[in-house]
Amino acid sequence: MEPLGRQEAAMTTQQVIATQQTQVVATEQTQVLGRALLSPAVVLLFIWMIVPLAMTIYFSTLHYTLMDSENWSFVGLENFRYFLTDPAFLTSLQNTLVLVGSVLAITILLGTPLALLLDQPVIGRSVVRLMVIAPFFVMPTVSALVWKNLLMHPVSGLFAWIANLFGLTPIDWFNDAPMLAVILIVAWQWLPFATLILLTALQSQDEEQKEAAEMDGASALSTFIYLTLPHLARPITVVVLIETIFLLTVFAEIFVTTGGGPGLQTTNIAFLIYSQALIQFDVGNASAGGLVAVVIANIVAFFLVRIIGRNLEV
Amino acid sequence: MARKVTSRHVWMSTAAAWLFGFLIFLPILWMFLASFKSELDAFAMPPKFLFFHWTTENYATVQQRSDYVHHALNSIIIAGGSTLIAMLIAVPAAWSMAFSPTKRTKDVLLWMLSTKMMPPVGVLVPIYLVYRDFGLLDSRAGLVLILCLGNLPIVIWMLFTYFKEIPKDILEAARMDGATIGRELVYVLTPMAIPGLASTLLLNFILAWNEAFWTLNLSTLEAAPLTVFIASYSSPEGLFWAKLSAASTLAIAPIIILGWFTQRQLVRGLTFGAVK
Amino acid sequence: MGQITLQGVRKSFGPVNIIKDANLDIENGSFVVFVGPSGCGKTTLLRLIAGLEDVTGGQILIDGRNVVDVPPAKRGLSMVFQSYALYPHMSVRGNIAFGLKMAGLPRPEINRKVEAAAATLNLTPYLDRKPRELSGGQRQRVAIGRAIVREPKAFLFDEPLSNLDAALRVQMRLEVTKLQKQLATTAVYVTHDQVEAMTMADKIVVLNAGRIEQYGSPLELYEHPANLFVAGFIGSPKMNFVPGEVAGEAGVAIIGIRPEHLKIGKDGDGWPGRVSVAEHLGSDTFLYVEGGKLGTLTVRYVGELSLRAGDRVWLTPDPARMHRFNKEGSVIRTS
Repeated sequence: MEPLGRQEAAMTTQQVIATQQTQVVATEQTQVLGRALLSPAVVLLFIWMIVPLAMTIYFSTLHYTLMDSENWSFVGLENFRYFLTDPAFLTSLQNTLVLVGSVLAITILLGTPLALLLDQPVIGRSVVRLMVIAPFFVMPTVSALVWKNLLMHPVSGLFAWIANLFGLTPIDWFNDAPMLAVILIVAWQWLPFATLILLTALQSQDEEQKEAAEMDGASALSTFIYLTLPHLARPITVVVLIETIFLLTVFAEIFVTTGGGPGLQTTNIAFLIYSQALIQFDVGNASAGGLVAVVIANIVAFFLVRIIGRNLEV
Repeated sequence: MARKVTSRHVWMSTAAAWLFGFLIFLPILWMFLASFKSELDAFAMPPKFLFFHWTTENYATVQQRSDYVHHALNSIIIAGGSTLIAMLIAVPAAWSMAFSPTKRTKDVLLWMLSTKMMPPVGVLVPIYLVYRDFGLLDSRAGLVLILCLGNLPIVIWMLFTYFKEIPKDILEAARMDGATIGRELVYVLTPMAIPGLASTLLLNFILAWNEAFWTLNLSTLEAAPLTVFIASYSSPEGLFWAKLSAASTLAIAPIIILGWFTQRQLVRGLTFGAVK
Repeated sequence: MGQITLQGVRKSFGPVNIIKDANLDIENGSFVVFVGPSGCGKTTLLRLIAGLEDVTGGQILIDGRNVVDVPPAKRGLSMVFQSYALYPHMSVRGNIAFGLKMAGLPRPEINRKVEAAAATLNLTPYLDRKPRELSGGQRQRVAIGRAIVREPKAFLFDEPLSNLDAALRVQMRLEVTKLQKQLATTAVYVTHDQVEAMTMADKIVVLNAGRIEQYGSPLELYEHPANLFVAGFIGSPKMNFVPGEVAGEAGVAIIGIRPEHLKIGKDGDGWPGRVSVAEHLGSDTFLYVEGGKLGTLTVRYVGELSLRAGDRVWLTPDPARMHRFNKEGSVIRTS
């Protein structure tokens, strides 16, 4: 019905794009208003981002401790050299990576089957959903303390009782496997997040596509491998990136359970910087460490912002 | 969802889902039960599941310690205040980006998001020093300010995605019907945005309520919210599990219930729209 | 009164010119349809008249007054949107009344007008329902009700029927036309469907790539298309174009002949061809004929014709109904 030559068609595409912009470009009056309404947020966030960061950079070049705040001096990159070569840094970097990596692995590997399960016809699914999502809303200090005492206590904890039931020696979690204990607590908190996002993604999967695969003779397993997994690839990436950003700075769980110990066994970078700043009062060194943390987080954020930006329609 | 399923399939997946759901919920349930036990029962080995002497004395104890109410009040003020202020700044900003976007709107949005990605520990030192010098340490105002700024990007994003869903046609129809921008806001936009505003408010209240980096580092007593209050149980003397459980239950119960209402917004809010 | 005049109206977004110099005179009380392929600028032109977009250049006169700097609400026009754009949180009554409320009319008068509009559109039983509780056709009526209740100088319709199913579309088409005649209010109607354009319009504006190709009554466009674009766009099935040798013999670049103006002749008489597809509708028979160097020709025969794929046919064009075009695609007027 639409007799379009090639040239006309090309013209049309261009104009369709332009018409879409029509929806976007409002009249002049609303544009001025728009800018006025946007600026408070922009200014505030700009200050919030720039001022502390600039101060961190400045402090990171100083020899400056709160114990002796009269005597400070410019030391260049000395703090960075000190921080990066400090054995505590390497240990805490390793701990950070172990913590992030393990929690990611647990939440994805458990979250995916759990999401698949919740996507099945389940009687009382909404109740199960509520139970699964609940840990996310528990404040970190509560979950850490409840796990540490009520569950992981080597004598009276629920886990000790279960171990005894099977004739095993209960684990003294916070002495023998403190890192594993922290990992389990944090993974429990983040499992709901991964599950919920993967479930949301599963529910957006095209039902007819699955039926077409069924008509094509695909088994449930091959449907999962060839349709569902590729469909989940992006949500999984998003889960990984977002969790990483939060997990890099896990703090409260360590603060109330192990205090970074025994020794440095559960000290991650966030906790190391905290202890340098507010326990040892070494402002310069903590600032250098803070910048290292910013750099690491930015590497992750770079990929995340790209993913989000790609499907952002303005 | 009109796929045929066998009843065996339904029963198996139901059983498995309830089992896993129960296991995940178990720590919360266990804590809830412990809050009704005597300290001795809470500590008992083998554990007492349902057949123990139920008592509410832990709640009474926690309630009597006036500092619990004090900290709960701090939590309400800090979470509520920071959320409300963030909303006041975010509503106009999100409105502007959704309904009067420019070529740079996308960049502005992504930049706002990137401020949320900055690890708080990276700026702990200057914030701590500035707060110390301005007397904001252990003050509610200080915590309100920092949680407000921290959550602002999420608030703006959530509101933006909600506003974005309001068809532009409807606003234009209102304009054709003779509504000024002010009346358009009052009669058309706000009623349509209320569900979105409510869930944004709720989710950010929850995030602020549970925030445990700045609250632990910037408050000790006067302004300390429940996160800090609960943390004080980390090295107590004597038997305390039942009281810890009661205090914890009080601290998380309202939030879990609110959280159940916001589970869908959670996906939208925390993934910044990257998962639909 | 509702006389709308466009004088040299232009609209561009950056370097892209969406509307290039539009001049148009829409008479009071007439039903004018903007038609054209998607992206031709017809919706933009409507939105310029509505005031939802700013013009880049030119003037828009409503009853002789230039309105380019007048906000939409003050132009005295009302619009029916493609998506209906009903206020989801208001009842049908609230939707229809909104414009009157904004205008500050007293409550009894609003009620009277809303009820009158609802009665006209058979919406009375639904006045207290929310839009989501209505069917597509009912929503459409509410959108129209919202437009008529304000007694505007002109109605603007932006593809209002495109979200309805085929049967309902035909019915609403009739209703809109009847309503417009009854109210005798100017209507500007945008569609990409040339059947809608032909059936509803007093006058049609054919737009292509931001340019007004032709402005005239439906029959004028059908009988005397000004150029290849209009010839190809108006009429269904679409006009056959024969370029090359045959056209050259007639001394023109392209010959156009509508399917209904090709006669199926006796053996050996006229253009030879072979039927590739025959569609039997009972009332009509459509033949797609491979005509060798003529290309594929579409033939419409009123009634049933028992030809099938593979049959040889001879086609004779009605010479009086042939359209001749020059190299630029403009029609060559013979008389």
